[in-house]
Amino acid sequence: MTGPITSRLLLLDKPSRIFLMVVLAATVAVPLLNLLTPADSFIHVPTYVVSLLGKYLSFAILALSVDLIWGFCGILSLGHGAFFALGGYAMGMYLMRQIGDRGVYANPLLPDFMVFLNWKELPWYWHGFDSFPFAMLMVILAPGILGFVFGWFAFRSRVTGVYLSIISQAMTFALLLAFFRNDMGFGGNNGLTDFKDILGFNLQADGTRAALFVATGIALMLAFVACRFIVTSKLGRVLVGVRDAESRVRFLGYRVEHYKLFVFTISAVMAGIAGALYVPQVGIINPSEFSPANSIEIVIWVALGGRGTLYGAALGAVLVNFAKTFFTGAIPDVWLFALGALFVLTTLFLPKGVVGGLSKLGLLKRSKPPEKSLEPPPLAEPKVEAQP
Amino acid sequence: MRFLICLIAAVFLTTAAGPVRPASAQEGDLQSAVSGFAAGDYDATVEAIKAVSATKSERALVILQALQTGNLQIVTDSSAVVITTPAGDEGFKATDAATGADAGTVATDAIEEVRINNRVRRELASAIGTLTLFSKSDSLRMQAADSVFTSRDPEMAELLGEAIAGEKDADVKRAMLQAQAAITLAGDASDEDKIKAIELVTERGNQDALTLLTTVAGTSEGELKAAAAKGVASLQARLDMLGWVQNVWYGVSLGSVLLLAAIGLAITFGVMGVINMAHGELVMLGAYTTFMVQQVFRASFPEAFDYSLFVALPAAFLVAAAVGIAIERGVIRFLYGRPLETLLATWGISLILQQAIRTIFGPSNVEVGAPSWMSGTVEITAGLPFTLGRIWIVVFAMAVFAVLTVVIKKTSFGLQMRAVTQNRRMANSVGIRSNWVDAMTFGLGSGVAGIAGVALSQISNVSPNLGQSFIIDSFLVVVFGGVGNLWGTLVGALTLGVANKFLEPMAGAVLAKIFILIAVILFIQRKPRGLFAQRGRAVE
Amino acid sequence: MNETAPDIIDVIEASKPALYLDAVSVSFDGFKALNNLSLVIDVGEMRAVIGPNGAGKTTMMDVITGKTRPDTGQVAFHGDTDLTKLDEAQIANLGIGRKFQKPSVFESHTVWNNLELAMKAKRGPFATLFARTSSEEEDRIDAMLKLVGVSDRRAELAGALSHGQKQWLEIGMLLMQEPSLLLVDEPVAGMTDAETEQTAHLLREINKTKSLMVVEHDMTFVEALGVKVTVLHEGSVLAEGPLDFVRNDQQVIDVYLGR
Repeated sequence: MTGPITSRLLLLDKPSRIFLMVVLAATVAVPLLNLLTPADSFIHVPTYVVSLLGKYLSFAILALSVDLIWGFCGILSLGHGAFFALGGYAMGMYLMRQIGDRGVYANPLLPDFMVFLNWKELPWYWHGFDSFPFAMLMVILAPGILGFVFGWFAFRSRVTGVYLSIISQAMTFALLLAFFRNDMGFGGNNGLTDFKDILGFNLQADGTRAALFVATGIALMLAFVACRFIVTSKLGRVLVGVRDAESRVRFLGYRVEHYKLFVFTISAVMAGIAGALYVPQVGIINPSEFSPANSIEIVIWVALGGRGTLYGAALGAVLVNFAKTFFTGAIPDVWLFALGALFVLTTLFLPKGVVGGLSKLGLLKRSKPPEKSLEPPPLAEPKVEAQP
Repeated sequence: MRFLICLIAAVFLTTAAGPVRPASAQEGDLQSAVSGFAAGDYDATVEAIKAVSATKSERALVILQALQTGNLQIVTDSSAVVITTPAGDEGFKATDAATGADAGTVATDAIEEVRINNRVRRELASAIGTLTLFSKSDSLRMQAADSVFTSRDPEMAELLGEAIAGEKDADVKRAMLQAQAAITLAGDASDEDKIKAIELVTERGNQDALTLLTTVAGTSEGELKAAAAKGVASLQARLDMLGWVQNVWYGVSLGSVLLLAAIGLAITFGVMGVINMAHGELVMLGAYTTFMVQQVFRASFPEAFDYSLFVALPAAFLVAAAVGIAIERGVIRFLYGRPLETLLATWGISLILQQAIRTIFGPSNVEVGAPSWMSGTVEITAGLPFTLGRIWIVVFAMAVFAVLTVVIKKTSFGLQMRAVTQNRRMANSVGIRSNWVDAMTFGLGSGVAGIAGVALSQISNVSPNLGQSFIIDSFLVVVFGGVGNLWGTLVGALTLGVANKFLEPMAGAVLAKIFILIAVILFIQRKPRGLFAQRGRAVE
Repeated sequence: MNETAPDIIDVIEASKPALYLDAVSVSFDGFKALNNLSLVIDVGEMRAVIGPNGAGKTTMMDVITGKTRPDTGQVAFHGDTDLTKLDEAQIANLGIGRKFQKPSVFESHTVWNNLELAMKAKRGPFATLFARTSSEEEDRIDAMLKLVGVSDRRAELAGALSHGQKQWLEIGMLLMQEPSLLLVDEPVAGMTDAETEQTAHLLREINKTKSLMVVEHDMTFVEALGVKVTVLHEGSVLAEGPLDFVRNDQQVIDVYLGR
C-alpha cells in the first residue's frame, strides 16, 4: 500500500499537483514581473502588490496549519493567531536589533521604545536576537514550546471540542493583554516597527521584497508537502480516526493525546513560521495579532476553502484576504457585514467549503480512488461534550 | 429651634470674622458684596470675601467655591461678576454670580479671572469653613468637618470649637470633635491633651487618621509615642480588615457583573449545549435598548427619567429575546449536533450585529444616564463606602439568578425545557413541541442577556464593542462553574470576581486578569467538567 | 508498557483467571451504577452477560477497559495486572479488545485501512509517521478481511458498509489487535437472523484461542453461544450459571425475563 517514504512525498492527488504548480508559477512569475518589466508596462507588478501577495501566501501557510489540526484531527483552535504572532515577534525582535543606532534615539543597543521607557539595559530575553540563526530558532521554538505546553495540559486531561476552542481563545486573549503591557518589553501597544533591513538588505528595496515573496512561496510549498506527508501517513489515518471516533482509536491502544500533541505542536510551529514571513513584508507586528477575533478569522478561511483538503485552506486564505483588501479599501463599512455573512453562509450551505462545492459539481475530479479520500463526512464532529 | 441656634451662633461668629450686617439685608447686600470682586486688587477681594460670607445666603458658598476653583470671572466690558463653565471652543457659559441668572456665553478673551494669592486663599478657606460649618445642611457640615480633619488647619480651631458648641447632630458633632483632635495633634499642645486626642482620632478609623497618628508616633517621645503607636496598630488592624471587606465587596460586585453577562449563556450553552458567540452582542443590544428608551424619556418625559430603567428592562428583554429567537430559527437549528460550526456561524452573526449597531449609532460610546436612586454612596461603617450603583447591580444579579432558578425548576416551561434537553425523542412523544421549546429556551437565554445589558450599561461604556469585552469571560465563567448548572455559574462568577480583586492590588489589573485566565485554563484542564461536574455514563 | 500479550499457554498453566473483578463499585452523583460487583472469567472461557437496561453492563466494560475508575474494588487481568491503574490505551495494548454497542469503525477510512490501523504494531506517533506495511502484514489483513466476510469491499469506505458488516469489521479490528480477551457489547443488535447465526459461529471460532465476554439482549443468540451466563441487576450479579439454570431462577424471572 504505502510506498517508500520519498515516493510518498510525491504522492499527490490532482488538485494538490495543480495547487503546487500554481504556487510555483506565482513564486517565479511575480518577482520577475516586478523586477524585469518597466514600471509603466501593463504586465508590471508593483512592489506593494508583491508584498500584498506575499502576505496572502504567509496567511495560506497559517491556514494550512489550522487545517492540519482541524480538518484532519478535529481540534478547533481559536488561538492559532497566538503562534503566528509569536513567530512574528521573534522575527520582529531580530529586525529591531538590526536597526542598531539608526533609530530615533540612536541608541546602538536599545530599541527606541526601550529608550523611551527609560530602560537602561536590554532585557535578558532580547539577547541573541541580533543573530539571524538564533532568531530563526526562536521562530520555531517560541510557538513550538507554547503549543507543546498548552497541548500537553489540554490533551492529557482530554479537553476536547468546544472546551478546547474556548481555552485556546482564552490563551490568546491572555497573551494579548500581556503584550499590551509596556513592562513586557515588546513595545506595548505599538509593537515592533520601523524596521530597516534584513540580513543586510534594505527592507524597502524591490529586490528584498521580491526575495521575501519567493521565500514565502517556497515555504508554502514546503509546508504543503510536509502536511501531505503527514496526512497520507498511517499517522494521518490515526488523526482522522481521532477526528471521527476518538474512543475507538483509544481502545485500539493508541495514545490519542500523543497524536494530538504531535500534530498540534507541528501546527503551532508552522503558524510561527508563517508569522515570521509575514512581519518583514508588512513591516510591523503588534499585539492586535493576538486578538481572539483574528484567530477566529483564520478558521473561516479554512472553512470557506474546504477543510481537510489542505489546498482548500490555502485557497480560502487567499480568497478571504483578497476580499478583505478590496472591501476595506473600497467600502469599509460593508466588510464586517460581508465577513459575518461569510461565516454564516459557509457553515450553513458550504460545509465542505468552496473546494467541496466544486468537486460536487464535478469540477475537481480526484485522480485517486476514494480509498485515499480524506474528506470529512458532513456530520463528523466531536459530539457535544455536555449533555445535561 | 436648631436653625435659630445656628443663626445666633453664626451671627456671633461673624462678629469675629468680619463686619456685622443685619440678616434682613442679605439679598441686596450680596449684589454689592459681589461687586467688590471687580476691583481687582487683593485687599478688595478679601473684603468682598468677608462681605459675601457675611450674607449667609445660599449663593455665598457657590460664589466662594467658584472663586476657589478659578471659575469666578469678571467680564472686562461691564465689570459684571460671573461664574463660568467651559462651553466648547467658543468660550464659557456664564451665570451672574449674585443671582445665578443666565448671563449668556462669553468669549475667552472677554473675561478675566479673579486672582487670588495666599492671603486671599486663607481668607477664602476660613470663609468657606464658616459657611459650611454653620450650614443648615447636615451633610455640608459633615463635609466641612472632614475637610478640617484633612487640612488640620490650626486657624480653623476657634471656628470649629464654636461650631462644636452649637452642634446638635451626634454624628456631625463626633466628626467635628475628631477634626478638633486632629488639629490638637498637629499643633503643639501638651502631651496629655494629645494623648486624649489620639483616642478621638483613632475612633475615626480611616487612612487620614492612620497617616496623622503615624506622623505623631514618629515625632514624639515617651507616653505619647506609645499611645500613638497603639493607635496606629489598632487603626492598621481595622484598616486591614476594612480593606479585606472592601476587596470582597469589589469582588462580589465584579462577580455579579460576570454573573449577569454569563447567566444567559449558562442557559443557551449550559442547558442547550449551543455555543452562541453572539451572546455578548445580545448584551450589547440590551444596553442600546436602554439608551433608546432613555432617549424617549429625555425627549418626552424628562421628569420621569428616574424610572426609565423600569421600562428599559422589559424592552431589552424583548428585543434581545426576539433577536435570539430569530438567530435560533434562522441559523442555529440547522446546526444542532455540530457545535464547532454553531460557534463559527454565531461568531459571524456577532460581527453582523456589531457592524449594524456601528452603522446606526456610530462607533463611539453613547451616553446612558444613571437614575438618581442609583448614584451616591452608602457608608456601611467609617471608611467603608459602598457605591449605590454597585449595590443595585449585585442585588439585581442575584434577583435575576433567583428568578431564573425558579423558572427552570418550578414552571412547566422549565420542566419542558429540561425534558427536551434530557431526552428529545421521549419529550416529543409525550407531546412537547421540542422545536418550540428550543426556540423559547434560546429566547429566554437571549432575553436574560438583554437585561444584563441594561445593568451593564450603568457601569460600563456602551459602544458596539461592549459584547466583545464580555464574551471570553462569560464562557470561562460557565465552563469553570460546570456546564448545565446555574449554581455552578453563580459560584464560578463570584469566585473569579473575588479572586480577581484580591490579585489586583498585588499584581495590577492587567496581570491579575492574565493570572485568572491562566488559572482557569489550568483548572479546566485538571477538571474539564468544571467545579460542579456532572459525572456519569451519559456525559461523553 | 507490556506491549505483547501474555502467551495463552503460560497463563493457563499459571491457572490465573483471564479477568477478575472483586467488589467493584461505581457511583455517579449518588446513583450506584455498579454495586459490589464480582465476576471471574477463566482463560479460554466465553461468558455471556445479560441484564435489563441500566443493570450496569456498559459501566462494567468501562471499568475493565479503563474508561471509568471504580470507586472501590479490584480489577485484575491474568491474575496480576491491576487494570484500575491503567488507561485505555495501556489496557488495549495489554491484550483487551473492546467492541462498542454502537458499531464504531472509521467511516471515512477504507475497510482495508480500518484493519491496518487496528493491526498490532508500534503505536507511537513517530512510528506511525514513517510506518510501512510489510507484505506479511498485508497478508494478515487479507486473511482477516476474509474471516469477517468483507473481502470484496476492502477498498470501499467503511461508512458505506451495512450495519451488520460494520459489526463484523469492528470484530475484525479487535482481532487485528491480537488480544487475549475480547469484550463484545451487543454484537448482533440490528442483525438479520442469518447474520446473527453467522456471528455466533464467528465468536465460537474466536473462542478457540481467546477469552470472551459477550453482553447481549438477544436470548436466541445467547442460547446459540451455549455458554455460562451471568445476569446483572442494579449493578451486581443476580445469578450465574448455564442459561437453563438462570432462566428458572425465580429472582431472574422477577426482574428480567418475567417482564
